[in-house]
Amino acid sequence: MKNIEFRTATSVQGGLVVMGGVPGVASGSRVQLRDHAGRLRSGLVIRASDDAVLVEVFEGTDELDIERTWVRFLDEPFKLPLSRDIMGRVFNGSGLPRDGRPPIISADRRDVNGEPLNPAARAYPREFIQTGISAIDGMNSLTRGQKLPIFSGGGLPHNRVAAQIVRQAKLLGEEAAEFVVVFAAFGASHADARFFQESFEESGVLNKVVMFLNLADEPVIERLLTPRAALTAAEYLAFDLDYHVLVVMTDMTAYAEALREVAVLRGDVPARKGYPGYLYSDLAEIYERAGRIKNRRGSITMIPVLSMPSDDITHPIPDLTGYITEGQIVLGRELANQGVYPPVTVLPSLSRLMKDGVGKNFTREDHPHVASQLFASYAKALEVRGLAAIIGAEELSDADRRTLEFAEAFERRFIGQGEDEDRSIHETLNLAWDLLSMLPADALIRVSEDELAKYHKGAA
Amino acid sequence: MGKILEINGPLVKLELPQTVIGEQVRVGRMGLIGEVIGRDGDTALAQLYEDTTGLRPGEEAHGLGWPLSVELGPGLLGAIFDGVQRPLQAVWEQSGDRIARGVAVPSLPRDKAWHFVPDPARHGGSVLAGGDVLGSVQETESILHRILTPPLIQGELLELAPEGDYTLEEAIGRVRLADGRIEKLHLFHRWPVRTPRPFRQRDHAVAPLITGQRILDTFYPLLKGGKAAIPGPFGAGKTMLQQQIARWCNTEIVIYVGCGERGNELTDVLESMPELKDPHTGRPLMERTLLVANTSNMPVVAREASIYVGITLAEYFRDQGYDVVMVADSTSRWAEALREVAGRLGQMPVEEGYPAYLGSRLASFYERAGRVETFAGDHGSVTLIGAVSPPGGDFSEPVTSHTKEIIQTFWALSKELADARHYPSVDWLESFSGYVSSAAKWWAQAVDPNWESARAEALDLLAASEELQRIVNLVGVEALSSEQRWTLEAAGLIKEGLLQQSAIDEVDSFASPEKQYALLAALLEIYRQGMKLVKLGAPARRLIQMPLLAQARRWKSQHSSDDLAALKAKIAAIPDAFEPMLQEYTPASSAPREATP
Repeated sequence: MKNIEFRTATSVQGGLVVMGGVPGVASGSRVQLRDHAGRLRSGLVIRASDDAVLVEVFEGTDELDIERTWVRFLDEPFKLPLSRDIMGRVFNGSGLPRDGRPPIISADRRDVNGEPLNPAARAYPREFIQTGISAIDGMNSLTRGQKLPIFSGGGLPHNRVAAQIVRQAKLLGEEAAEFVVVFAAFGASHADARFFQESFEESGVLNKVVMFLNLADEPVIERLLTPRAALTAAEYLAFDLDYHVLVVMTDMTAYAEALREVAVLRGDVPARKGYPGYLYSDLAEIYERAGRIKNRRGSITMIPVLSMPSDDITHPIPDLTGYITEGQIVLGRELANQGVYPPVTVLPSLSRLMKDGVGKNFTREDHPHVASQLFASYAKALEVRGLAAIIGAEELSDADRRTLEFAEAFERRFIGQGEDEDRSIHETLNLAWDLLSMLPADALIRVSEDELAKYHKGAA
Repeated sequence: MGKILEINGPLVKLELPQTVIGEQVRVGRMGLIGEVIGRDGDTALAQLYEDTTGLRPGEEAHGLGWPLSVELGPGLLGAIFDGVQRPLQAVWEQSGDRIARGVAVPSLPRDKAWHFVPDPARHGGSVLAGGDVLGSVQETESILHRILTPPLIQGELLELAPEGDYTLEEAIGRVRLADGRIEKLHLFHRWPVRTPRPFRQRDHAVAPLITGQRILDTFYPLLKGGKAAIPGPFGAGKTMLQQQIARWCNTEIVIYVGCGERGNELTDVLESMPELKDPHTGRPLMERTLLVANTSNMPVVAREASIYVGITLAEYFRDQGYDVVMVADSTSRWAEALREVAGRLGQMPVEEGYPAYLGSRLASFYERAGRVETFAGDHGSVTLIGAVSPPGGDFSEPVTSHTKEIIQTFWALSKELADARHYPSVDWLESFSGYVSSAAKWWAQAVDPNWESARAEALDLLAASEELQRIVNLVGVEALSSEQRWTLEAAGLIKEGLLQQSAIDEVDSFASPEKQYALLAALLEIYRQGMKLVKLGAPARRLIQMPLLAQARRWKSQHSSDDLAALKAKIAAIPDAFEPMLQEYTPASSAPREATP
């Protein structure tokens, strides 16, 4: 079957080709199409019966016709060839080289869809990763094997934050970042792709990065394949070659929009905002590939970047993502406009795995309480700030004024830091105590009395 | 024997005459498992529990002759199953880290022998009916697994095996049915998951479920046999709260269904449960816990089934006379699975793409909760707690609004509270419980007769403070009278000293009913003492600076539930703290000072 070319297309429309009279085609198998000019395209069987086979074409169906389209069914799912040589290479969304170098030749070819990890085989992420960014390390810590997305918006510096994490991330006690990076961009602009490439180059990690790029002007359907190809490479690096892999993916919104586009063409029933009902399952297939496995040394830590349409966190894409990922780092326009970098809005940010990766034996014994206290004090301070905006700062009590000063200092000194500033967790926690010491000790009920005595600068 | 006609995602059209809706099918060369959901002439439509990539039209398919069923018998406790009751630990050992397709591993281990002790009341010749206890197996140190007669069996017990070790394969008895057929009995039996297990009659729920979480037990109680929902946007702490309930609740059996949720969360439960001790028995929690896991990346149809697998397991332990809690995280993912299949079937969507039968499916699922009298004459209960994940945190969406009509206890989680790291982020204004008066009887008897009035007083205080907070937000705290400021302060004390509860603090994580009431009574005592002073003219500003207030906020994490004497001593000393000011402001009998408002 692999060698027969069929010319039985009965309809061609918006990325989909219907083939008639090809019996016994496997669902999910890969397809090669040759058009009238001899150009090759690839596709996937998404519905199969003996009378009609529905094929999704990754490069799109522009300039295809019914009469002069030859289709070969390759009889296997979409597979990515893998070897050590993928390191330092740049591929397109379907895994073909786009750096002008030869394709990867390997007998080890893997289905890009992967297979679900058995929950009984998972190992729980517990190792604290220090990113050097106080707002993350101190209050929303990342652990090895976690999936922690960056929720951002147009014009916010999410790419710079992601690049800073890639440059600085390390385990405590390690000299330098020992992991490899898999970078996937879908629907990204050429400028963004170049920014990352240059940032990897400058920090000298380029030979430890595998890139999968599907840029904004490239076929939409290929976007559905890009994260899967990237994660297949990541799984190979992590669980076959024992690397700790950091996967950075941008931009999940472009991915979800591509999914919607294809779903509409397929005629799927839309759920919210026109996105298909299976958006959640589909995103989960991608995000859940992060993690650790018992008895394996490597790990996959995932930082997907997504821009929230109109900065709306309740939009289906950030909303469903938040239900799957283990927290989120939210960037905010207000802080960004005040010139605070990184503009991490800490209150809606969250790391679900933090509780098991910080504190005694991991970072420092006071870390969980300090984080909790910072959240509580800052939340309180924002309330006071709201009040001050209404009744005027001069009407405030002394205690409230101190709280306001705390908020100001917290935003400038704790959240704000340099793009090249790499703070150790001890520096972050000491800084936190400096700031908390601006508040009276009896307003700090989330930290223990012992911790107050030890660290609070105003305590007796 | 039939064959595949068409493959469309998880739906497969088969040529399979004479099949029955609900029948299990094995499809294709890989032997994928599925379930028939429609018939049209000789063609049948099946939904498969596994990924269909690689299936081809023309491959064979056959019906298995029974609906989706679970195996019920020793070996369930401490296990982790997938959405169609495949034992994930055994699957891992057999097929590796990834779940391969078409694996056939029996749900319960076949090679393990269990020590069976027959019930002395059963002997050859006695009449046997469904649900009767044949004997028991001490499955874990804390749980005696009662071996039940399968519900539909009715007849004469011909023989019952003597005490001894038996595997699940070995027969432990024979029964002659009414029609003369002879049926073997085993340590386990099968039951179809979509059919509720029968019982003698429904009973009133009487005892509250104690979860050790103050906002739940004290303010919005749930009864054993009741049904509750936990709706909340992402990041509101739904999963943490459910895990807390699974850890600390006072039922004999806990069934945790991870339906379309994160893999790491189940790993967390799997890794932490064996280390944690049941506060009621002192045994490892894993001995009473059973997990059903269909994580979000596992096939969607099995996700739909997982909820039914979980509730059937719960009913089985109920029928043994146990109190069971089933936590389903999350029913929204289940509803989405329903929607996905409905969409592929081309059924008319009503709200947000959900099929019209969403409400009735939800209702009939929740109706499987309840306290019952079993056929054996015992009392057992299934308490159902369903998490709901409303998109965008919007409680008016279909799953939340339908659920709200069905359940009795509603623990609404709030994003605002969670953002301020007020956990558990149960919103005291949005939540409700229909079980307060029933629970009050228990609290009055077991803990303190004043529970109901104290609870009401605290809730009034919280509601009043919400009003005052609105004023403060407009004009500032200085505009309030002393009385109002003290009310606001006392409400803050209740929020921080009582409602907030840390899941990761060893002492605070679980609070016994006695501790809950002691704290509640203590904080109310502080409020009343202060109010008395304010009425005498003491300015609230002075009261707010009392060190007692900061101290009282820490009591919850300073005194564990086993050691309440020290806490009670502090509570008894509350009036002393107010004494000096009381002296100062008490009007001398001769010349009463005028109280300033």
